[in-house]
Amino acid sequence: MLSATTLDIRGENTGAGAPRTLLEVRNLSVTFQASIGRQAVSAVQDVNFTVHEGRTLCLVGESGSGKSVTARAILGLVEEPGQIAGGQILYHREDGIQTDLAALDPKGKPFRSIRGNEIAMIFQEPMTSLSPVHTIGSQIIEAIRLHQLVSRKQAREQAIELLRQVEIPSPEAAIDRYTFEYSGGMRQRAMIAMALSCSPRLLIADEPTTALDVTTQAEILDLIARMQKRYGMAVIFITHDMGVVAEIADDVAVMRRSQLLEYGPVRQIFDTAEHGYTRELIESVRRLEHSARTVRGAKVSPQVLLSVRELEKSYGGRATGLGKRKAGAAVRAVKSVSFDLHRGENLGIVGESGSGKTTLANCLMRILEPSAGTITYTREDGSDLEVARAGGGALRAYHRDVRMVFQDPFASLNPRMTVAQILAEPLKVNNVLTRPDDLRKRVGELLDMVGMPADVAERYPHAFSGGQRQRIGIARALALDPRLVVADEATSALDVTLRSQILDLMLDLQERLNLSYIFISHDLGVIRYFCDRVAVMYRGEMVELGPADTVCSTPDHDYTKALLSAAPAGHPDEKRLANRHRYERP
Amino acid sequence: MLAFIVRRLLAAIPFMFLVSITVFILIQLPPGDFATSYAASLSAAGEYVDQNTIAELRARYGLNDPLIVQYFRWIGGILMGDFGYSFQWNSPVSELIGERMGLTVLLTFATVIFTWAVALPLGIYAAVHKYSIGDYIFTFIGFIGLAIPNFLLALVMMYFAVVWFGQDVSGLFSPEFRNAPWSWARMVDLGKHLIIPILVLGTASTAGMMRVMRANLLDQLHQPYVVTARAKGLSEARLLTRYPIRIALNPFVSTIGWLLPTLVSGEIITSIILSLPTAGPLLLQALLAQDYYLSGAFLLLLCMMTVVGTLISDILLVLLDPRIRYS
Repeated sequence: MLSATTLDIRGENTGAGAPRTLLEVRNLSVTFQASIGRQAVSAVQDVNFTVHEGRTLCLVGESGSGKSVTARAILGLVEEPGQIAGGQILYHREDGIQTDLAALDPKGKPFRSIRGNEIAMIFQEPMTSLSPVHTIGSQIIEAIRLHQLVSRKQAREQAIELLRQVEIPSPEAAIDRYTFEYSGGMRQRAMIAMALSCSPRLLIADEPTTALDVTTQAEILDLIARMQKRYGMAVIFITHDMGVVAEIADDVAVMRRSQLLEYGPVRQIFDTAEHGYTRELIESVRRLEHSARTVRGAKVSPQVLLSVRELEKSYGGRATGLGKRKAGAAVRAVKSVSFDLHRGENLGIVGESGSGKTTLANCLMRILEPSAGTITYTREDGSDLEVARAGGGALRAYHRDVRMVFQDPFASLNPRMTVAQILAEPLKVNNVLTRPDDLRKRVGELLDMVGMPADVAERYPHAFSGGQRQRIGIARALALDPRLVVADEATSALDVTLRSQILDLMLDLQERLNLSYIFISHDLGVIRYFCDRVAVMYRGEMVELGPADTVCSTPDHDYTKALLSAAPAGHPDEKRLANRHRYERP
Repeated sequence: MLAFIVRRLLAAIPFMFLVSITVFILIQLPPGDFATSYAASLSAAGEYVDQNTIAELRARYGLNDPLIVQYFRWIGGILMGDFGYSFQWNSPVSELIGERMGLTVLLTFATVIFTWAVALPLGIYAAVHKYSIGDYIFTFIGFIGLAIPNFLLALVMMYFAVVWFGQDVSGLFSPEFRNAPWSWARMVDLGKHLIIPILVLGTASTAGMMRVMRANLLDQLHQPYVVTARAKGLSEARLLTRYPIRIALNPFVSTIGWLLPTLVSGEIITSIILSLPTAGPLLLQALLAQDYYLSGAFLLLLCMMTVVGTLISDILLVLLDPRIRYS
């Protein structure tokens, strides 16, 4: 294990005008003891780092590395049965007095006067991290009045001002809205407004952009940076994405398996990382900068597999039934989209949330009924099927040939079914295999295909990690020997390191099984790596369609340029977000 | 909001109409009618049954008319405020039901308030101090409460009340107040008599509700929004009442709708043992005697209470949970 002294960074911040120390974490250990008598599990082991005033420290690591627990320990938010087992968290107050936060009672008054006031925190899931039954305003006003002696009216004015600072449109009205009336990005802005309400000296941000798409992520990172300057805050930013780290970090602490692996200024980490694991993390971002399809020498047949013409999907617009829905303009979620998918081709569909890409996929699968247009599918024997109008047996046959992989590997597997049952279900439902022996054999084959041992078949989904579950989801899609797989954000919920593993697995399977993919993502990096061609969607329209390499390096459309420049480059010397291209709709 | 209430009230009209038909059919389903069951009870008592008297009885009450005519005579009367005439008691149904229904509602609400006042704090304590000694004790008592049949509890409590406190425990009034007009003293007497029925009727639901509250709150306690609120620096007590408890309460509001019917029809045995002048025992007798005006009026009132209760809980839910309001 590395000792405290070797990890202490000096270098660029010594000398005149060096930033003052704000927080020192010394030999911090956090353990979780599930029940009395059981062995305590260590979540954080002997971690040391220092936060300086006005600077940004990025805590990096994959899920379960202990980075979140470390951050929560600083604010005394480690929940039962977790507890700080040792070490110090020295907070340097403005008057120069040092307080050891690890020794304070987390529920006591002294700690509460620091928490939310001098050290504030924002969280990953902006939907569930705000109360669903209180207005945004009341939650911010509560935070203000908790630490400041102001009247309700003054607090309300302050809250409106804060919402304006975080660029919520018409804050006077927005303050009385509820969480579910905000979009994901706006919720995170509201959360930031709440955290900033008492001008904290330190902001802890726990993966605040992981649940957001690339463009919104860029805006939120931008906002945090500006607020940091304005309030002179230090920031501890927790992330698993080295691209984000490259954009915002001054210092980086890499965590793995509860321990601090590496700690230093951002350039040192990126250029001369000591640990293979750190290099792997950096590499996982850079890998996506090239096309795996070109490297593999993939071949696309000229034969068209799926031909989509003028596809439309609109919602509402008509008064229904008892006049419950107001008559008004229909929302056109997909506007006149046309494209061809060739055999053996990977077509990427990229766009931010609300661009209509998932609606499009659901129309292709006939999960949603298209409002207009045609979807022509060419069967194995060369005959054509008009998917938009197919029914009964023809549609069932289509659903055997075209399968889906979903975004959320946790929600898309039935928790009460074993892996074997999950994989056997499509086979049984479609009467492909019925004998238990055949099913068992096929389940074994499928597991082998996705690189899982056959003995996991009798286990339930909760026993697996996110990446393993996504492998099971892929195996389920492959059970019926499909010709086309529609993957809807299949890697978005995974850590960066897992992301490229899953992509490589899908590419391997493509070569073995002669598959085509329609790959939906908000991440241009993933699309460039995985796809031959890419279609860019913006507000229901397909604004650009072309070879992935071209679109991802020299895009035609302004929106694509904005999307491209919102993706972090992956090195501190090429910060993109600061001068990124913003797309204003004409 | 007003439009919502009006719409719900309007929707209740056709619903009540269907309910009335169902109730009527249900009452008519058993073979025979009031006249045959009257004859049966007479002959069981060893008296001579004159077929002419029975036929006369049938003709007088229109029991020979087609069902549809009987139904419209019944429902038409109810719409005019006339609930009909009880064959068995020889008096108008509204007189029989009036005070009993009032006392039933009173007893029900007193029981509900007792249940909530005890179950919610205990449930909250048990959730916040999960697996503590207190949690185990309350859980233990709760399961005992659930496991003991109400009638048994009623018998035991009556015994102790009489033996230890020398209190008159049957009924809701002491003999001297039973038929007296309402007065302050009569109210006090009623209050005293309510204690045992409330304890008996409330124990099981208190135990159940405590467990539900505990489970609801445990679901909420570790939600991310609770962590957010804690990160603001809120004290634990304020944090609890403002966020997780507030949200854990929502499911309770939706149970208000079924409280009345369960308490009226589910506690008949207890009411008989404690000889409470509530609706349950009378309903049972009316059903046994095929006294269809009386039982029909009861069933219809119960259904109406369910509808009203559901409406109340819907309105409360809309007020409490903005997510419902806007979807």
